[in-house]
Amino acid sequence: MAGAQSLLAGSLGEQREGLDRRDVRATELVAASLDRMTSRARLGAIISRQDASAMASAEASDKRIAAGKPLSPLDGIPVLLKDNIVQAGEPATCASRILNNYISPFDAAVTERLLAAGAVIVGRTNMDEFAMGSSTENSIYGPSHNPWDESRTCGGSSGGSAAAVSAGLVPLAFGSDTGGSIRQPASFCGVVGLKPTYGRVSRWGLVAFASSLDQIGPFGRRVSDCAVALEWVAGHDERDSTSILEPSPKWSGAHASPDSRDDLSGLVIGLPREYFDEEGVEPGVLKRVREAISVLEEAGASFQSISLPHTSYTIATYYLIATAEASSNLARFDGIRYGHRAEQAKDLDDLYRRSRSEGFSDEVKRRILLGTYVLSAGYYDAYYVKAQRVRTLIRRDFEAAFETCDAILTPTTAEVAFPLGAKSDDPLSMYLSDAYTVSANLAGLPGLSMPCGLSEGMPVGLQLLGPPLGEAVILRVGEAYERRAKHHLVSPPEPQ
Amino acid sequence: MPRIKPADLARMASLARLALAEDEISSMTRDLENILGYVASLEGLETEGVEPTAHGFELATPLRPDRPVAPMDPELAVANAPARQGTAFLVPKVLEEEG
Repeated sequence: MAGAQSLLAGSLGEQREGLDRRDVRATELVAASLDRMTSRARLGAIISRQDASAMASAEASDKRIAAGKPLSPLDGIPVLLKDNIVQAGEPATCASRILNNYISPFDAAVTERLLAAGAVIVGRTNMDEFAMGSSTENSIYGPSHNPWDESRTCGGSSGGSAAAVSAGLVPLAFGSDTGGSIRQPASFCGVVGLKPTYGRVSRWGLVAFASSLDQIGPFGRRVSDCAVALEWVAGHDERDSTSILEPSPKWSGAHASPDSRDDLSGLVIGLPREYFDEEGVEPGVLKRVREAISVLEEAGASFQSISLPHTSYTIATYYLIATAEASSNLARFDGIRYGHRAEQAKDLDDLYRRSRSEGFSDEVKRRILLGTYVLSAGYYDAYYVKAQRVRTLIRRDFEAAFETCDAILTPTTAEVAFPLGAKSDDPLSMYLSDAYTVSANLAGLPGLSMPCGLSEGMPVGLQLLGPPLGEAVILRVGEAYERRAKHHLVSPPEPQ
Repeated sequence: MPRIKPADLARMASLARLALAEDEISSMTRDLENILGYVASLEGLETEGVEPTAHGFELATPLRPDRPVAPMDPELAVANAPARQGTAFLVPKVLEEEG
């Protein structure tokens, strides 16, 4: 499979050039991707694959490219979707028994746009059940493994997508981010992951977890790959009433000139004191992030210390709001219209109870129970409304910060990828691994995680946060850093 | 004084249409007690007069033209049904037949 590996070694941008120069055909690229999905099956990154339709789509791409009429920069590029983004005629299990046999009758907005752009969807990736988790261990298909060290987690919940891009199965994959589920696995696997502004990408066809927090975004090897991908999936969709009306600018290659793109003079980046706590962050992580700050200073950016005073309340706020919304969203899984139905139920109510109890894992049940509790009479104001008020305070922290800086830089996570099983028996410790990512979801901000070197042989992630609709600034900073630091050229080891 | 007792948890399970075994009720009660203990940090924070946030930032309500669109083909809509009759979902009997 060395051939498959080398064809897929580059970024999306490099594979695009190869296709446009006719050095490689889309059918070769897609076949290589399918081969590599087989040879790296042990990673557990893939839930289902679509070899036949992918090869047919690649042939159509080749005809368009040969005619000099590719539909987009994604035409002929192999792409993977997280298993909660639906595609007509394909399964969408959300890694749950309750959706074990579900075949989607429709396309998600993102799927529609990718197909219209000529992207070749090759399969669907592993995840924590219903995106509830931070390690992709809570899946009926078993865990995904980290390509850098298979005894460690790849993060989650979009772990399969992160692992797939990291191991070179595809140059581009999509995931969803409710509390860090794109950025945290991107950090753990050494790839770029972008969570757009809330509402930037339609959630139509994304299986809902927490509707006021969920957002779809891309994983790639280069910042520019994520920028291109976002351009082709972003934009208003009337089927999602929270999708913003704002037109999507062109994010990729939007620089005035090649010389100006690396110059960050005049840009002010905030460093929140609460995220650089010497006791909370692993020394190796802190060291790499500080080095990244130096690189950006050389590029002309200036840094200033800022405070986000309500940081210590973000996880508590997030878990109250996310579980409340989840308990409501997951009420639809009742064994009637689709999904698992229990046998031998006495009556309709018994059918609901048995189907749901057999279909959901313990973690999903735990979150539904917590969400039901915080929404129930007598606790609603004390927990749910209280969390919504604190959410306002957290949002205001960011509004105040962005009056003095253009972007915010933090570690994506306080630690590198942890060993499989390390947090499986302790739900609260698993929740705390999202400490640096959930605030962007609560405040609706765009966030980028990108590699900034290794600690103990494992990737460290750098997080850039922008103001709402501020994707352009974090992509610009990310690209300038990437061109100087070149961490994207380092790949995980090939298995012996 | 525990924040949540097994009886509370059993009531939540009933509201959420989940059937839990005795041992599940005790382990879930323990887990939720831990989590509620952690989120209790919010209690000390003054939020008097702070408006609750339902979404990350202000969204305008988008309007769209009111025009008919084709519904999903009923065959397709019931294709995933665990039990069906024609294009209807089949469920256990809800009303008992009279005498």
